[in-house]
Amino acid sequence: MEQLVGVLNYIVFFGISAGIYAVLALGLNLHWGMTGLFNIGVAGFYAVGAYASALVCGLPPSAWDARIVGGFDLPFVVGLLAAVVASGVLALLLGIPTLRLRADYLGIATIGIAETVRLMLKNEAWLTNGVWGLQQIPSPLYEAIHRLTSGYLRAHPDLRPWQQALVSRAYNGFYLLLVIVIVVILYRVLRRLSRSPWGRALRAIREDEVAAAMTGKNVFAFKLQALVVGAMVMGIAGALYAHSARFISPASFEPLYGTFLVWVMLMVGGSGNHKGAILGAVVVWGIWAATDFLTGYLPFTATQVAALRVLAIALLLETAILWRPKGILPESRGKRPSHS
Amino acid sequence: METLARIPQLLVYGVVSGSILSLGGIGVSLTYSVLGFSNFAHGDIMALGAYLALALLPAASALGISGRPLGALSFGADFVGALLLAVVATCAVVLTLDRILFRRLRNAGRITLMIASVGVALGLRSLIQFCWGPQPQYYSAKIQRAQVIPGLGVKIKPDQIFIVATAIGLTLLLHLFLRHTRIGKAMRATADNAALARVTGINAERVIVWTWILGASLAAVAGILIGIENKFIMPELGWQLLLPIFAAVILGGLGNAYGAMVGGVVIGVCEEVSTAFLSTAYKPAVAFVILILMLLVRPTGILGRRG
Repeated sequence: MEQLVGVLNYIVFFGISAGIYAVLALGLNLHWGMTGLFNIGVAGFYAVGAYASALVCGLPPSAWDARIVGGFDLPFVVGLLAAVVASGVLALLLGIPTLRLRADYLGIATIGIAETVRLMLKNEAWLTNGVWGLQQIPSPLYEAIHRLTSGYLRAHPDLRPWQQALVSRAYNGFYLLLVIVIVVILYRVLRRLSRSPWGRALRAIREDEVAAAMTGKNVFAFKLQALVVGAMVMGIAGALYAHSARFISPASFEPLYGTFLVWVMLMVGGSGNHKGAILGAVVVWGIWAATDFLTGYLPFTATQVAALRVLAIALLLETAILWRPKGILPESRGKRPSHS
Repeated sequence: METLARIPQLLVYGVVSGSILSLGGIGVSLTYSVLGFSNFAHGDIMALGAYLALALLPAASALGISGRPLGALSFGADFVGALLLAVVATCAVVLTLDRILFRRLRNAGRITLMIASVGVALGLRSLIQFCWGPQPQYYSAKIQRAQVIPGLGVKIKPDQIFIVATAIGLTLLLHLFLRHTRIGKAMRATADNAALARVTGINAERVIVWTWILGASLAAVAGILIGIENKFIMPELGWQLLLPIFAAVILGGLGNAYGAMVGGVVIGVCEEVSTAFLSTAYKPAVAFVILILMLLVRPTGILGRRG
């Protein structure tokens, strides 16, 4: 029974991470899958969302912190909002100089923004606490749920150990539920958007920018809107990460975790398809977690094993590009608009 | 005043690192204009070259090449031998990648190729980390005394003179190659108009192979020169180089090899001179800021024609 609780606990943790990646993949799907925006700096928007929410919801700087501002102890919802605004503004600033140009320019500019964000997180210690990162980020409703569960445990002292373990970890289950609810809401909103005239315009731009411009679409405005909305979604993922990990530092937003894995998820799942993005996140995060077990049996050092896992992810990406370029769930042609 | 007094010296450092960026940028520019995509793996190809030179140093010694330092330089003839071996090995790796990956994607569109190249970048970096570990690998532990250039009041190390001379020499060689050989002319024709070049009987695959060979050779040499200048290399080197190199390429005009040379030196000099005013921690961001300014003011680049 105890083992079962352990497995359940692992599944909950896995689900939270996969869910956060699903949010990132949904954001990238709006950028790349729907609009054809080549964003290889996902980590930048993700990090800005995480830090924005952590600074708004976190505690004021303690005596041994290097930072001197931030930490307003505000509710989670405010943090989420701050994350959305911060990531959106960053996307707006980046999009204006780059979106009139070819995809290559946006690609390199997004690498630039992600690296610059990481440099600032490391060096602007007055705001971000530098490499030490932000600690003790409050999780939403943590106290309330903790009070409930500890009260329940006190009232039922005759529970078996595995039952106690289950109850005391109820909060993680709640957080998983929160992540799932947000993924579902985002999925429905994005699906609705992609079926709207706005979404059709984005796909038209993705397929042929010149043709879209010829039909009178303001290509630049649509691309900028898509970039900003997608970045906002990535910001939400950042906030969810910050409040579940409760500790963030620049190392949490390395390109591997913040950008590459998300790309592989979207390419494997099926770019252009929102369900594909979510499925890709779960599948690739599953593969990533599984390689952790498997590579443990190989006769290599820990760092070599870590490198091999990354190599496996890179090979997975190339495999998807070569043999299944549309992913597991290809984009559907969609119902034709039914105006007769 | 003290800041201003440092600037001539920083200019020298900038030209040294800029000439390395130029070599990297030329490769990106060549692949872009002939194969039609931005190769995001180029930085990691440079890093691979730098690591292979270290790995092949024993092989060069085994061939009987002397390890005695060449004049005032910090390395011997065996290192030059290792450099040449590393160039060949890097070309072999890149041509293999073209065969198993890029060639199958010739008709898949340039954005698919870009994503594939991002995957290659990730793969190469993880291979480097697998073989050599995450810790820095040292090229030379020796401290080299910098020599004062008479009359200018700036110092330069013999190794740095070697770096700039190598960069200039290779650039000239490339220029002669592109101007005067059949394959060089075919490359320029393909870059101008691939369809027209094919119609006139140019073997497109041969041109592509030569483009990879030139790009990979210059990348390997550039990576090795970084090892000489910095004294050590790390697996992240390739990723860190990507931004300054692409900034150099875009600054010079994407697809314009001569522009990339100019762009490289400009980025190198700006990065070094910025350290007189800014924290050195932000050196990598300088390339990004220049890139954004350039995109706002003149997106076709200094020497560019196409948008």
